[in-house]
Amino acid sequence: MKKECLYTLKKQYRDDLNIYGYRFGRGEKAACIVGSIRGNEVQQLYICSQLVKALKRLEEKGAIVEENEILVIPSVNHSSMNIRKRFWATDNTDINRMFPGYHAGETTQRIAAGLFEAIQGYHYGIQFPSFYLPGDFVPHVRMMETGFQSHDLANHFGMPYVVIRQPKPIDTTTLNYNWQIWNTNAFSLYTSATDRIDEDSARKAVASVLRFLTRMGILRYTSHSGYLASVIREEELTNLKTGQSGIYQRYVKPGEEIHQGQILASVIDPLEGEVLGRIVSPVDGIIFFAHSAPLVMEGTIIFKIIEQLHE
Amino acid sequence: MIKEVVSVGLAVDECLRIKKNVLQPEQLTGDEKRICIVTGTHGDELEGQYVCYELNRILQEHKECLKGIVEIYPALNPLGVDSISRGIPMFDLDMNRIFPGEENGAVAEYVASQIIEDIAGADLCIDIHASNIFLREIPQARINVNTAQRLLPFARRLNLDFVWIHAAATVLESTLAHSLNSIDVPTVVVEMGVGMRITEEFCHQLTDGILCVMKDMGVWSGEAIEPKKPIISQDGEVGFVNAEAPGIFVPCVEHWRNVQKGQRIGRILNSLDGTVEQEVYAPIHGMLFTLREYPVVSCGSLIARVLGGDFE
Repeated sequence: MKKECLYTLKKQYRDDLNIYGYRFGRGEKAACIVGSIRGNEVQQLYICSQLVKALKRLEEKGAIVEENEILVIPSVNHSSMNIRKRFWATDNTDINRMFPGYHAGETTQRIAAGLFEAIQGYHYGIQFPSFYLPGDFVPHVRMMETGFQSHDLANHFGMPYVVIRQPKPIDTTTLNYNWQIWNTNAFSLYTSATDRIDEDSARKAVASVLRFLTRMGILRYTSHSGYLASVIREEELTNLKTGQSGIYQRYVKPGEEIHQGQILASVIDPLEGEVLGRIVSPVDGIIFFAHSAPLVMEGTIIFKIIEQLHE
Repeated sequence: MIKEVVSVGLAVDECLRIKKNVLQPEQLTGDEKRICIVTGTHGDELEGQYVCYELNRILQEHKECLKGIVEIYPALNPLGVDSISRGIPMFDLDMNRIFPGEENGAVAEYVASQIIEDIAGADLCIDIHASNIFLREIPQARINVNTAQRLLPFARRLNLDFVWIHAAATVLESTLAHSLNSIDVPTVVVEMGVGMRITEEFCHQLTDGILCVMKDMGVWSGEAIEPKKPIISQDGEVGFVNAEAPGIFVPCVEHWRNVQKGQRIGRILNSLDGTVEQEVYAPIHGMLFTLREYPVVSCGSLIARVLGGDFE
């Protein structure tokens, strides 16, 4: 393992921001793994730290196949993480909306450009991002439909679901999208948490990356073969919204099978405690995403359901 | 007449309400033109608040001169204005990157879709922005090159100093202006002043310009000035200055002044050791139309933009 500083942003009032990379093996640029880009992506940081630990041990045992180099970057934006901000601490911009970046541009464009230069040219790019809606997900691999994506490759992670997203204009500046445009097979791995550590899904995420690297001929490692993923298009998920606002009580978890007519959640009057409304499933299926905050606005998407799928 | 564009219940005893004031002649013929004045997409941009006030005041004082429909939307992001937050509180994405929105999407996307639906069919929309808290801008219109032909006749008459015709970018396809232009509502974006402040002079200047355009369109028969002739430029004529060192930026030239190539426009200072981190020079000869307002800079912070050429 070789630790190196890939990019430094000089600061005056705080320590410099140093983005570190951990290289394993040597030779062709086989795989690059990027962890936390936003300051609240603690789970993503934790997963990558566990990957660094696992790869270090595997390298010591000679498990990295010759002529393969793996680069892991656990944290990009700890300047924000250290002060509990999600976006860039100074101007609240999102580094993951600045790719491919610009060396002569604004601060977060420069960070994105510095990072992107260091992570180009890899066959496979794996990112642990977080979603723009707060809530819990079923662990899954997400890919943008750029015309360069390969669903078959995504299946090798052995995660239960692969989600294909039709990119919107705002997605064109994300790392995943730009990686694909610059000829890296890019995958975003979502686990069950963001600003807290979920041990179980973190362990599964580490296992799925090791499984993928093994199946791609980069690692010699024996693991459980995982799932044969169900491939879902994001627009096919059924969004379930609340008709009321108030205190939200959830009765089901992501991954749970549900049935038409089942009560999934309630909204309670925040002042008087009475139930204002119940959220009833319109379909049979599996909960893919569930809102997690204790309060809801009217019209909040509280569940995304994969229709007609059973456990 | 105050109308509600969209309302969404918040968790405890409150609604997010986007409102507009509809001003129209007492007797409608059915042929009136309709102009929408929108602002407050970014909660920290306040210059448009004063423009909305002034327009409301003038139009209501001279109701007899109103010959068309003027709809004033002072706060597309009312929670942001109230909480001094640029974005929509509790929502990750910039509100001006989620248009045209989605009826079945997240709350902010739903709100965006209702705003578009409400403005649809208007004969003109003016979307007033106020830079951000970091940069001061001269009154200007920003127009995508693909819409320049259609929008320039309006932008020229808005009494602005500058019209910047910029390149198209995929990410900008999700702005309010792009979405409205796509559905045939000519929409001009105005940028002026600085975030979290009101520059009265600029607000009066734009208000006068809006009245000119209203008069041109037959919406207003009252007094209107002859507007300024703006400088019209494209991207290639703009020089950017970014900080190459962190510290405190102190300008030594005034905003909206001509500078020579290589002229010092300020310094970035280190307040801990008393050194100068960077002398900042103009990259080209021209007019300083953007200047850093907020002193603290990081590597890359935008300090100035210079429009190349000779200007009076």
